[in-house]
Amino acid sequence: MSATETLLEISDLKKHFPIRGGILGRTVGYVYAVDGISFKIGKGETMGLVGESGCGKTTVGRCILRLIEPTSGEILFEGIDITDIDDKQMAKLRPKMQIVFQDPYASLNPRMTIKDIVGEPLFVNGIARGLELRRRVLELLLMVGLSEDHMNRFPHEFSGGQRQRIGVARALSLNPEFIVLDEPTSSLDVSVQAQMLNMLQDLQKKLALTYLFISHNLSVIKHMSERIAVMYLGKIVEIALKAELFRSQLHPYTQALFAAIPIPDPEISRERIVLGGDVPSPVNPPPGCRFNPRCPKMIPVCKEEEPQLIEVTKDHYVACHLVK
Amino acid sequence: MAQLKSPLKMKSGLSKWREDLEPQVRELRFTIYLLRQSPLVVAGFILMFAFVSMAIFAPWITPYGPEERIWEAKLQPPSSQHFFGTDESGGDIFSRIIWASQLDLAIAVIVVATAMAIGSVMGAVSGFLGGKIDEVMMRITDIFLAFPALILAMTIAAALGRNLTNLTIALIIVWWPAYARLIRGQVLSEREKLYVEAARAVGAPTRRIIFRHVLPNSIYPLLINATLDLGGVILTAAGLSFIGFGAGAGIAEWGRMIADGRNYLFQSPWMATFPGLAILLSALAMNLVGDGLRDVLDPRLRR
Amino acid sequence: MPDILMSIRNLRTYFYTYAGVVKALDGVDLEIYKGETLGLVGETGCGKSVTALSIMQLVPNPPGRIVSGQILLEGEDLLKKSEEEMRKIRGAKISMVFQDPMTYINPVLTIGDQISEVILLHQDLRKEVLAMKIEDLRRKLEKVEPTSGSARDFNSKIEELEKKMNDPPKPSKSDVKKAALKKTIETLKLVRMPYPERVVKQYPHELSGGMRQRAMIAMALSCGPSLLIADEATTALDVTVQAQILQLLNELKREIGASILIITHDLGIVAEMCDRVGVMYAGVIVEYTGTKALFRKPLHPYTQGLLRSIPKLHKEMERLEIIPGSVPNLIYPPPGCRFHPRCLYIMEMCKKERPPMFEPEEGHYVACYLYGQRGN
Repeated sequence: MSATETLLEISDLKKHFPIRGGILGRTVGYVYAVDGISFKIGKGETMGLVGESGCGKTTVGRCILRLIEPTSGEILFEGIDITDIDDKQMAKLRPKMQIVFQDPYASLNPRMTIKDIVGEPLFVNGIARGLELRRRVLELLLMVGLSEDHMNRFPHEFSGGQRQRIGVARALSLNPEFIVLDEPTSSLDVSVQAQMLNMLQDLQKKLALTYLFISHNLSVIKHMSERIAVMYLGKIVEIALKAELFRSQLHPYTQALFAAIPIPDPEISRERIVLGGDVPSPVNPPPGCRFNPRCPKMIPVCKEEEPQLIEVTKDHYVACHLVK
Repeated sequence: MAQLKSPLKMKSGLSKWREDLEPQVRELRFTIYLLRQSPLVVAGFILMFAFVSMAIFAPWITPYGPEERIWEAKLQPPSSQHFFGTDESGGDIFSRIIWASQLDLAIAVIVVATAMAIGSVMGAVSGFLGGKIDEVMMRITDIFLAFPALILAMTIAAALGRNLTNLTIALIIVWWPAYARLIRGQVLSEREKLYVEAARAVGAPTRRIIFRHVLPNSIYPLLINATLDLGGVILTAAGLSFIGFGAGAGIAEWGRMIADGRNYLFQSPWMATFPGLAILLSALAMNLVGDGLRDVLDPRLRR
Repeated sequence: MPDILMSIRNLRTYFYTYAGVVKALDGVDLEIYKGETLGLVGETGCGKSVTALSIMQLVPNPPGRIVSGQILLEGEDLLKKSEEEMRKIRGAKISMVFQDPMTYINPVLTIGDQISEVILLHQDLRKEVLAMKIEDLRRKLEKVEPTSGSARDFNSKIEELEKKMNDPPKPSKSDVKKAALKKTIETLKLVRMPYPERVVKQYPHELSGGMRQRAMIAMALSCGPSLLIADEATTALDVTVQAQILQLLNELKREIGASILIITHDLGIVAEMCDRVGVMYAGVIVEYTGTKALFRKPLHPYTQGLLRSIPKLHKEMERLEIIPGSVPNLIYPPPGCRFHPRCLYIMEMCKKERPPMFEPEEGHYVACYLYGQRGN
């Protein structure tokens, strides 16, 4: 990797959700949400994770924070394997890694005031109480562009963009080093999104934060990330530095993804790659390469053997039989 | 360090309280505005208010005491001296109805409040923790819910002894499982919500998540049921007293009064009719209020 | 000058709420030509969905009301029509496809039943039933000897039925249902639904998101509408599935000859799909022109700001430009031009009176005093 220190390293992360059925509630199958993911994030870097619904990107974010327990694999945060530690140690590490959720309407408790919501992390971790808590909450609100008047209001009195800012303020309250941004702007308007993205960039510089930016919107990921990983059905199909990925997409799914996004410029014409079929469900992944049923370039070996993620050119990894 | 607008000393005590309550006050005013929109609901509230005042101010508005008997004036029809007539022992029915409201409304409130308290805690803990605790809890509620409410109440009241206190206890035991089930259902859906996950992400312990996050958000359907149940409890308590399981003979309680009046139904119909009307109107009031609250508290309609 | 299908004049739709009167649409003027795809683009709260609902007269009442204006469809004002008349128009002349197929499809009816319902409501299928019977007979004819007695029988029956084509008899209920089902399958084929015969028997939850949206488009097209309104029809879909649906709509444009009104917040979709586009802001249309012209040379400051604030796949941007301020409260909209509090080019005029539509270039309309003055 590059010269920066590695903050987070994921090795062969898997998360399988059991499906219970039958009278006795036995496990009748699994949802292979995340099925063997490995990547590294350097300190101060923004790593983008892009994919469509069902690819597992949201689950990855939650596993890293151990909001969901991984089925197997290693998650090394600052060198410590957090899948292997007990609750007490995890509670100590928790403040260092936080998350901003996608839905600004559901991620804030509708019956709590902003002061309580943003102050809760400080309260439950015994960091501040009473007046000190108010001071800290005010600091955080100012940092995200809100004001003291907002402290004593309920979430429903705010717009989506403001609510998302509150979510960011809450994530910052414990002075984290690493923040998982789970589709933070997907439900926001374009102009509000621009404000939010600028703010996230400013905060990153000011507070030396490391981001994992999860999104299905490739344009936004391109704008924010230094490196980008493309996920499909629980697996990473391609990872590369941004410039490299935009210069040449090697995996057929990445190519289709790029081609599918409508570009706000009617003059530009592109090669039309429209994939047939729908995004499959991670319950019964196809054998061999997961993408083979929809892949326009499929060859027989794709149905039998799963391709491994290998470094094809410097720092550009692809999992595809066609690319060696 | 950021500076708060108002200096340190002003933020303590009363003004801090006022500021903290401000958002709740705003919500309350909005709720009142919405409630005012429906004339039926307003009527229900007025009626309920009337009954409550009746119960509170009973000592001052009744011409006669609850146990007062004027033997010479027995079985008299409504007159200017006895607005609703007298019963077979000479007690003034008008006064006795007002005195009875104290009992009946108190029973209703105590039963519902206690059942709600027990039910919410049991249901919330059971729903949130799931697993074996949940299974055991649900089987327990199943057992209670398997019996028809009236029969169960009668059995318990018979076992404990036939008086009003035991009736209240019996009703509480009969009522709490339904609340537990209701809350459990709400909790099951709330605990998957994103704000619960967010609370976990910042390190909130389970106890806090249940009581500070999930329960306050699950309680609305319960409140509505509770208001409707107030009417239901009044009816049930009156019914049980009528059969003889609650208030003893001669006590001023609506159901008991109807029972006492049953024997004189054709000669002195006022004995049973007025207590019956009292039950009807109070239950109606609770129902209207409950309906109104349900429409108003539905989060979708509020925004 | 292309034929005008629908003409909206000075449409005002207000919502009467606890907090005040929300002026969601405050004087919208629009024209949809026959056979074109018009885009209506804007952010949340700008009124684009309310415009669609107003056309269909599906504005929830209370609290909403269409306060004034005209919506002329082929010369007739829709706002003057009764509910009974509107019901005949909805689904038949104008249809709508909504955003999230999972929430607006009836989960307890099969796809076939739902689409057939629309067909049965609007179409009298006498001719189709007769045609079906004739075809049935022809198929039987093929199976027998051409010279046999049964062949002569069939032939005479066919002749008899063909004579009735001009005034077909009233068919039985079951026949009508069969004809509707046949039409349903045809419409599903039109939207390139895989295995349409199977799909008609399936329930919505058995289909994927993309297939459900196709089914909805089929439902909207089943009666051959003149106008199809797509209100954020692809927003809830995955990107690759969205590409399929957009491709489908593009192909259908040519085949069905209907006009399409695409409502979206995504300028990329506008660039790919629309012939002309209207940009909405706070209940009014601020710019209105052909798609190429809009992107090549956006005139209204809001449009310019919008285009500069989206991260672009094909261009590198260090920092996104933001439009200062935020969307106004529609209960107390700013006087004059609604965008003036956020505009970099503000002039005195802008604060006083709302600018009319100027036409600085042919076919390119802007509501902004930078391009003209009152009285021009």
